[in-house]
Amino acid sequence: MTGAAARWRALVAVAAVVAVAAIDATPAAAEYGDVVINRRAERGGVRPVVFPHWFHRIRFRCKVCHSELGFRMRAGANDVLMADVIDGKFCGMCHNGQTAWGAEQCDLCHSGKPGTPPGIQGGNETRGPGRW
Amino acid sequence: MRVRRALVAVLVAVAAAASAQVAYKRAWPTLAADGLHDPASPALAILQEPSEALSALPPDFAGNLVNWMASLDGGYIKPRSTVLADTRVTLRSTDVLLKRTGELPLVVFPHRQHTAWLDCTNCHDQLFQQKAGGTMINMFLILQGEKCGVCHGAVAFPLTECARCHSVARGSDAEKTFRNLVRE
Repeated sequence: MTGAAARWRALVAVAAVVAVAAIDATPAAAEYGDVVINRRAERGGVRPVVFPHWFHRIRFRCKVCHSELGFRMRAGANDVLMADVIDGKFCGMCHNGQTAWGAEQCDLCHSGKPGTPPGIQGGNETRGPGRW
Repeated sequence: MRVRRALVAVLVAVAAAASAQVAYKRAWPTLAADGLHDPASPALAILQEPSEALSALPPDFAGNLVNWMASLDGGYIKPRSTVLADTRVTLRSTDVLLKRTGELPLVVFPHRQHTAWLDCTNCHDQLFQQKAGGTMINMFLILQGEKCGVCHGAVAFPLTECARCHSVARGSDAEKTFRNLVRE
């Protein structure tokens, strides 16, 4: 191999390592277990909802929402209407202006980027890598 | 030749720096940059940033970089168990051994860590029979988001962490501490 060819190969290798390092060092996009709720939100004229598991699990054990409040453990399995929340069901059990902010604070939950499809984000999804 | 050796040295240094960064730097994207929140939303000035909450918790190198069990056991977080007055909280500490693991070490399922977060009804009997060994579980189902995969890989530590579940060597003393797949 000529000196020039060897140098080129080495340069390409360095560039590849730098590229991989840059990708590795970039933090993951969504936080692990973030759930986007957007089956009706945008059609109703508001931003999608972003539900952060990380924030809630610091304050409540899984069993509070997934047993007491009746949220099934599968993104998309809970057909929650805004009317339910206002009636004190599901999110409305705490988001009532007492335990947490109330339903009139639309923007705080409806804070998602327009066009974001519903589903769990930031992990390998509840569907698992078999369907990546 | 000297140029090539120098390039190899640079390559090794860059790779080492990159892996060190991946291994030791815990970083969470800001809400405005997470790709989910609308940077124009007025909520972003009010909502808590993940880094503010999570950087104070014991570290992990998978999932969202927090060891949630250590956070709970160590008292770093004190999440409520109930919001209703008459809810009965059930805790259990029995370990269950899962032996159909092919060539991998056996799996220990610890009830203590799971009941700390979850209610019995979250798993029983929809996902798992209450009798040890009574449920068909395999990695195909788990990778499809069924059984353990309902949570692991989505909100609990991910499926890349094989040894956290596959933790008991076949024929080891630890295996002998189980009687009929159960250890009280």
